[in-house]
Amino acid sequence: MKTVLIIGANSAIAKATARLYAEEQCQLYLLGRDTAALAEQKADLEIRGATSVDFAPLDATHFAVHEAVIDQALDNLGHIDIVLICHGSLPDQALCETDFDAAAEAFKVNALSVISLLGVLAQKMQEQNNGCIAVLTSVAGDRGRQSNYVYGAAKGMVSLYLQGLRGRLFPFNVNVVDIKPGFVDTPMTSHIKKGALWASPEQIAHCIIKGIDKKKYTVYAPYFWRYIMQIVCSIPESIFKRLKF
Amino acid sequence: MKLHSWGRYPVSTSKIQKAQSAIALQKSLDVVTEGSAIARGMGRSYGDSALAKEVICTEAVDHFYAFDEETGQLRCAAGITLSSILHTFMPKGWFLPVLPGTRFVTVGGAIASDIHGKNHHIDGSFCQHVNALSLLLPNGEVLQCSHSENSELFRATCAGMGLTGVVLDATLSLRKIQSSAITQKTLRAKNLEEVFAQFAENHNATYSVAWLDCLAQEQQLGRSLLYLGEHAQDGKFKAQGSRAINVPFATPSQLLNRYSIKLFNSAYYNKPTNTTHASKLEAFNYFFPLDSITHWNRLYGRRGFLQYQCVIPDASALEGMRKILATVSAAGKGSFLSVLKKLGPENQNLLSFPLQGYTLAMDFKVEKSIFALLDELDHIVADHGGRLYLAKDARMSEAMFKRFYPRWEEMQALREKIGANKVFNSLQSQRLGL
Ligand SMILES: Cc1cc2nc3c(=O)[nH]c(=O)nc-3n(C[C@H](O)[C@H](O)[C@H](O)COP(=O)(O)OP(=O)(O)OC[C@H]3O[C@@H](n4cnc5c(N)ncnc54)[C@H](O)[C@@H]3O)c2cc1C
Ligand SMILES: NC(=O)c1ccc[n+]([C@@H]2O[C@H](COP(=O)([O-])OP(=O)(O)OC[C@H]3O[C@@H](n4cnc5c(N)ncnc54)[C@H](OP(=O)(O)O)[C@@H]3O)[C@@H](O)[C@H]2O)c1
Repeated sequence: MKTVLIIGANSAIAKATARLYAEEQCQLYLLGRDTAALAEQKADLEIRGATSVDFAPLDATHFAVHEAVIDQALDNLGHIDIVLICHGSLPDQALCETDFDAAAEAFKVNALSVISLLGVLAQKMQEQNNGCIAVLTSVAGDRGRQSNYVYGAAKGMVSLYLQGLRGRLFPFNVNVVDIKPGFVDTPMTSHIKKGALWASPEQIAHCIIKGIDKKKYTVYAPYFWRYIMQIVCSIPESIFKRLKF
Repeated sequence: MKLHSWGRYPVSTSKIQKAQSAIALQKSLDVVTEGSAIARGMGRSYGDSALAKEVICTEAVDHFYAFDEETGQLRCAAGITLSSILHTFMPKGWFLPVLPGTRFVTVGGAIASDIHGKNHHIDGSFCQHVNALSLLLPNGEVLQCSHSENSELFRATCAGMGLTGVVLDATLSLRKIQSSAITQKTLRAKNLEEVFAQFAENHNATYSVAWLDCLAQEQQLGRSLLYLGEHAQDGKFKAQGSRAINVPFATPSQLLNRYSIKLFNSAYYNKPTNTTHASKLEAFNYFFPLDSITHWNRLYGRRGFLQYQCVIPDASALEGMRKILATVSAAGKGSFLSVLKKLGPENQNLLSFPLQGYTLAMDFKVEKSIFALLDELDHIVADHGGRLYLAKDARMSEAMFKRFYPRWEEMQALREKIGANKVFNSLQSQRLGL
């Protein structure tokens, strides 16, 4: 029976992934801001087959509590086979351009909080000498686009951090997976018009589980984003700077 | 945003509110402004029942709350699909007591239409297996409703087409099965009399449904294949069917014309079928053959299609159905899939569709000439004491509706009493004068 810790567990992608782990009869521990929603998930996941589900509140930007909260999770699970970090927020790019506080908040939620949590988790996983750390970043982190570069930069920061962390934890049997979703239909993107490239949280959840199982390093979700991003990254800067997207 | 339901007709311009949690759904009325809002599940109703200026989507509110292993009582959020319920519970030997022809409908939608399955003649409709529900009222209050508590509201909400409020969650009874397989027996009937007689003879069969060739004429009018089904007893459980294929875009509707439909129907009726031996198939393939083609509704082209589903009471069913089929056939219109089914007794819910008799469902692509034909069929149905199914309707007139559903006045009075007429109005309810 696998033990899974999910951070930002109320995210739509996290919920869909937790359901798949519940069907595998995993033991789950959920961290998120809204505990009423976590309690609802607990009942649901146990009916779907989870061996047990516990939860605790966490605002990821409260760095000071990270160590204690992770300790508590580890206590509860005994051992962490998989940790999945899901929280995030899509900032208003235009606002971030004129209001540094907004930009700083975006970096805090999407990058610094993740890095703080990873600091604590890396230590614990290193000590247990196995396990997997999976983090949701984004295809937006592969290249800075004028319409979305604050979010992109924060996600890109985490991706770079994960590359280094992967090397550090490799001798300790801990795999680090960077999951880069494309467009996903979730509350975060509810205000955006959907088109053919959009995926459901359930599709992303399947990609996440498969990537973790197969010990991948970087998972584009769905897979075709790997090719889209190769193309995006190969556009010469002299042209790219003129693109409004 | 542009929105349509399964028939892709009509298309509305709607403001869509997608609640992400039970709490958000409970608060959904706070931001309703237009006075014409309606709940929406998976949009598997065919016409305009789930369309309004403001649409409250329940799909993402899809939690299980509690399950009692002893009694099979399941409490779950209204946005959960029957597919998810089967996915979780079939492997444990539990089954839903009533299933429609697609598993992609929500519990809320199943309650609002009081849906019927292939076992209606024995087990009744979906709401007869619903023990309680919570309802979000127009004033934002949440009320528990059941046979014993707020029973008047319960009977109006079951089959109420979302017109009393938003169902937030419900408690259903699941039933035990011994296997996920179905043993199927197929009978060939050379005309309508024969298939009626076969339905009557096999009234003890748990599941029964007939596919009917709506273009056959005269001696062969109503020739059919009748499928009978029983749960197998072999103790294996699987919650899946064949792999689905997808129709990626709306195909030119000219592909469906009287010649292709006639050819298909004739080939289907004559397909090699073992009518002497029972065969065994997975429940999903028995109950949801159409789910194996995702978006099959796109086959009817960009303008969409209408499903016409009526029921006619036993006493006049044969005569009524004969007239309907003859009228359709004479008009040269045809339906790829025509389905005939025996229904059991009516229940207490104000706008429930089923009544003791026979129901026929036919699909027609949307074209100018179809509306007059369907109006003509409405008269035949009304003259034979029958009615149309609201979940499939996109076009019946207010006058016809009021003839078909004499209890509409009770519904209207209740709606006024709770203020629902000022908040919950679908394109359908406005058309029907509710
Ligand atoms: C291929 C196919 C086969 C079918 N076979 C059958 C069949 O065999 N028997 C049968 O009876 N039906 C059948 N149907 C019809 C279908 O079962 C009903 O239309 C059902 O209501 C669809 O559920 P939905 O979740 O998609 O609801 P929607 O289509 O989204 O909504 C339907 C109605 O339910 C209301 N509603 C939805 N959710 C709520 C809620 N939470 N609270 C209050 N009101 C709500 C809506 O306002 C609307 O009036 C079939 C449909 C298809 C596409
Ligand atoms: N949707 C996409 O298109 C897309 C694309 C690429 C990457 N991603 C990434 O995928 C991840 C999951 O997002 P989603 O699409 O599933 O969106 P979502 O459903 O909106 O989830 C975002 C979650 O992050 C949580 N969160 C935000 N700030 C937090 C904080 N300070 N502390 C704790 N939790 C916080 C939110 O918690 P509350 O519930 O309490 O608000 C919410 O549950 C995110 O990292 C996102 O950046 C999404």
